Amino acid sequence: MAIRGESNATPATDVGASSSSRMPWRVAEVTTVIEETPRVRTLVLRVPDWPGHMAGQHVDVRLTGEDGYQAQRSYSIASAPEASRVMLTIERLEDGEVSPYLAAEVRAGDRFELRGPIGRYFVWTAAVGGPLFLIAGGSGIVPLMAMLRHRAAIKSTVPAYFLYSSRTVEDIIYRGELDRLAALRDGLTIYHTFTRQQPEGWTGGARRIDRAMLADACPPRERPRIFICGPTSLVETAAALLLDLGHERGLIKTERFGPTGTMT
Amino acid sequence: MAAIMTVPPVSRGFRGRTRSGDASNRLPPGQHVTTDFPVLSAGPTPQPHLETWRLSLHHGDSMLAEWSWKEFEALPQSVVTVDIHCVTSWSKLGTTWQGVTIDALLEAAGLSDPPAPFVLIHCDGGYTTNLPAEDVLGGKAMVATRYDEEQLAPEHGGPARLLVPHLYFWKSAKWARRLQFIEDDEPGFWESLGYHMYGDPWREQRYSGD
Repeated sequence: MAIRGESNATPATDVGASSSSRMPWRVAEVTTVIEETPRVRTLVLRVPDWPGHMAGQHVDVRLTGEDGYQAQRSYSIASAPEASRVMLTIERLEDGEVSPYLAAEVRAGDRFELRGPIGRYFVWTAAVGGPLFLIAGGSGIVPLMAMLRHRAAIKSTVPAYFLYSSRTVEDIIYRGELDRLAALRDGLTIYHTFTRQQPEGWTGGARRIDRAMLADACPPRERPRIFICGPTSLVETAAALLLDLGHERGLIKTERFGPTGTMT
Repeated sequence: MAAIMTVPPVSRGFRGRTRSGDASNRLPPGQHVTTDFPVLSAGPTPQPHLETWRLSLHHGDSMLAEWSWKEFEALPQSVVTVDIHCVTSWSKLGTTWQGVTIDALLEAAGLSDPPAPFVLIHCDGGYTTNLPAEDVLGGKAMVATRYDEEQLAPEHGGPARLLVPHLYFWKSAKWARRLQFIEDDEPGFWESLGYHMYGDPWREQRYSGD
């Protein structure tokens, strides 16, 4: 992580922001629900006075029950900064409190509160440059999709390599759009790997992300800007392998979710 | 602090979990209990070698004391059981840690008082976080090396991390290596990127301006 540089290079405006006004909660209204996979939905939101965001940022969502009970969670933004609506893509976690509601019950016209955008580290802008090496597992694709959508929207042609691990073909989130983006032939290459079940005749990846896959997708000599998002085990593994392959620590940014299992 | 009072919209059909009285008293606003231990880090997990590991105490640019792993392990140990609160809204109740309090570190360095009013924690990987000195004294903070009696795993900050449970958990910096006391507060890593300078979960100081 080029963290020290980031910290030392703190713009004065950032420090000033700490005395600025509080980021408000805004009321978001669901305009459309898109079923992405059996377990994943995208909520298209109308957010009045949305201040705009960078690809890779997230929001806090707050739900309020009829009895006033509130629950709050963080979700990555899926839409490009250029999109007219804010989109969140949510995976239903079996034991979740909020995700089963957002990923199953919510329908067009429903409203909840939203606060953001948040986070200025795990972001990609044209100024960050490329090549871009994106690595995701499951719903870890969401902030990376915002980056790919942004890249397409600004017609960037920086080479982008996207290695995406899904359980099965049916679990690929944004499948059709990924195919369309790859077909633009603007420098984006997508590698799929399937960990549970491979389609018939599949010759691509058929296992968890490993050293060979990472080495094949993008060599260290290209000095890519790397973003990894997924379950902790995937992120830990991929980040360690990338360092071992010779990628620079300062070019690797990670975002993790999910439990670690045990603490040992 | 212009408070805009709005009535939050009811999210149709949202009921949430059954709330247990005990847990809700212990939960700061906007938090929920997790029984997992999620990992959040900005980059690859460092793998420091204990043979070369050092923890040092600084006042500005001058080093006051330094400990090898062996020396650090020989310092007086404390065990605490505390609730921890992550800014991403999970809280974990009743977590047990062992380590060396900052009070004990200062004492081992021959100091009766902190040398400056603020402290910047520097970590492997370049991460930093800032705190008022008074928030790490009086038993309120330690450099922790064990969780639940086990050596702290690398992804959770091992071999040694700061533990400041009364503030949001990003202040409990993983892979701590250098405690630098400074005269003027300066933002650390997340504090430079839109997160709150102090981070009190009970006042819900998540982001700049909160």
